[in-house]
Amino acid sequence: MSQPSRLESDLITPITRFSPGFFAVIGCLLVVIAVAAYAWLHQLVFGLGMTGLNRPVFWGIYITNFVFFIGISHAGTLISAILRLCRAEWRRPITRMAEAITVLVLFIGAGNILMDLGRPDRALNVLLHPNFRSPLLWDVTSITTYLTASTLYLYLPLIPDLALLRDRVPKRRWFYRLLALGWTGTPRQQHWLEVAISIMAVLVIPIAITVHTVVSWVFAMTVQPMWHSTIFGPYFVVGAIFSGIAALIIAMAVIRKAYRLEAYLKPIHFNNLAVLLLVMACCWFYFTFAEYLTTFYGNEPDEMQVFWSKITGPYAPYFWTMVACCFVVPVPILALRKGRSIPGTVIASVLVLIGMWLERFLIVVPSLINPRLPYRGGIYHPTWVEGAITAGAFAMFLLFYCIFAKLFPVIAIWEIREGQERGIPETVERLKTYLPTEGPAGAAQPATERWGVWR
Amino acid sequence: MVIDLDKCTGCQACMVACWTENNQPLPDPTMHREGRVIEWMKVLPVQEGEYPAVRQRLLPIPCQHCEDPPCTAVCPVFATYKNPEGLVAQIYPRCIGCRYCVNACPYTCKFFNWSAPQWPGQMAAMHNPDVSVRPRGVTEKCSFCHHRLQQAKERAAREGRPLREGDYVPACMQACPAQAIRFGDLEDPKSAVSAERHNPRRFLLQEELGTKPKVTYLSEA
Ligand code: SF4
Repeated sequence: MSQPSRLESDLITPITRFSPGFFAVIGCLLVVIAVAAYAWLHQLVFGLGMTGLNRPVFWGIYITNFVFFIGISHAGTLISAILRLCRAEWRRPITRMAEAITVLVLFIGAGNILMDLGRPDRALNVLLHPNFRSPLLWDVTSITTYLTASTLYLYLPLIPDLALLRDRVPKRRWFYRLLALGWTGTPRQQHWLEVAISIMAVLVIPIAITVHTVVSWVFAMTVQPMWHSTIFGPYFVVGAIFSGIAALIIAMAVIRKAYRLEAYLKPIHFNNLAVLLLVMACCWFYFTFAEYLTTFYGNEPDEMQVFWSKITGPYAPYFWTMVACCFVVPVPILALRKGRSIPGTVIASVLVLIGMWLERFLIVVPSLINPRLPYRGGIYHPTWVEGAITAGAFAMFLLFYCIFAKLFPVIAIWEIREGQERGIPETVERLKTYLPTEGPAGAAQPATERWGVWR
Repeated sequence: MVIDLDKCTGCQACMVACWTENNQPLPDPTMHREGRVIEWMKVLPVQEGEYPAVRQRLLPIPCQHCEDPPCTAVCPVFATYKNPEGLVAQIYPRCIGCRYCVNACPYTCKFFNWSAPQWPGQMAAMHNPDVSVRPRGVTEKCSFCHHRLQQAKERAAREGRPLREGDYVPACMQACPAQAIRFGDLEDPKSAVSAERHNPRRFLLQEELGTKPKVTYLSEA
């Protein structure tokens, strides 16, 4: 066995060493989860009457959480797949963290639907009597596909690192051996792994976009005021990527501190993601503006009721907080080079997450409070049960993430190494192909050079 | 079903008849406060016009049994569907309680059992044996007293004759003292409800949504 390199020791040590801080965090999370479990038990015994839901507000923060978490899941797979396909070299230390968010958060999103069911014991009826006309079934289908694809996409690039762990870490060796699938790193294996990763990276993009489009269609396919909108598909996808990047930035900052990975997650990574976040903030504003202006101008009475309840009515505080959190405050922070420091981007990301949760809430609830038929207006106050379960959902996600980060290297070791060994000369070569070649004017480039980029 | 608003006095007898006929839990102040009353038939006050010419109208609303129901399409498990008789039905033992159909109904006609239904005192022993009591966690709504249709069909079959107009009426119509509700077969051109088809007083609720409700309202202006 050769001596472990600095790279390996940097990234493998956090897996093998347990600090008291780690146990303290896990302990706190378990307490929150225990409270949530108690609340859930309460809800199972006494029914959804324990929530603040009523008629006409049949959906509340469980559905909000569902949309929010599925949105966060776009952090990973989509961002890492796009960066990989664009061959953005700075992606190397962040892809795995992003992909792990996707896979883990999907469980939390789906779990929230289970919380929302009146009869969770009958959930399997969805498979026994599927009605493919129902957008909820499209949801089940697309989320399952997404979960499968993104798990595969997380797993494939893990294989070389699993083999490394198998050789280096004495603990849990059987586990890593099983998962490493006999990887030895022969050129043949490497070739096929690269092919598989590229295929998955291409596949995963349309799947990810479908998922959040379908989530939006759950609302848009009904005729309810301010749900029945044609831009909901792209609007939700944009919001999903937006909140996904924010979640990724926060995860990076936390892991950087906890695992002392300053040498790997540099300010430049935060800066680049901050630029992406800025772009998405502008897209988000554009969609929100388009959506609300169209509604306002159309002046349809049923829609206007919902509209005013958000702009000046009981939901105005939430609405304007959302605008502040998603756009007004983060944009100046992110637009300035100084603001794109690590603390700056983290603050902006936290705000974006708060804002995007509110956005989801504002889509679900105000439309339900103002149904088409004249009604004694409803109002909705979530109860402690809903609050505890929501807190539990967040804690559960963090717990999953902590466990993941303790089982596997959070940064792809082989990808960093590949970047050091092959990435630098390759990028130099690639850069040359972008520019006119030195030599006699009009000389044609050899085909290999032209297409070399795509390998 | 035809509901003549010019005859309706707003006495709410239809609501009471519906509660007892269909074993709905009786509303109490808590349910009211929480907004969780189950009322398959409800009389909705509607304000019209602006001060000083305000008019209050009372609108009895059962499920509209839409010809093109937005609620059945969205059910992931076929727990609500349009049956061959054209009525929109609920299968309580299959419902998973996702409440999607409730949210898709533009008439807010569906109800959810937030808690297990309860009846005070002896009331629990006075259920209508023909109608199932719904468990907690499922969706329900007006069935146009479908159980009465089944009985009428069986009676007609026993007597060896086809179903006739008047064999079957829902409980709300039976209870209406002003006879504001009429009921019959829309496919039979000679039935009383079909006769109203060309009544100039006729209108449909939210006709513009294209759900083609089978409940017709009659009203002068
Ligand atoms: S009125 Fe509502 S519940 Fe009744 S059939 Fe139409 S959409 Fe369904």
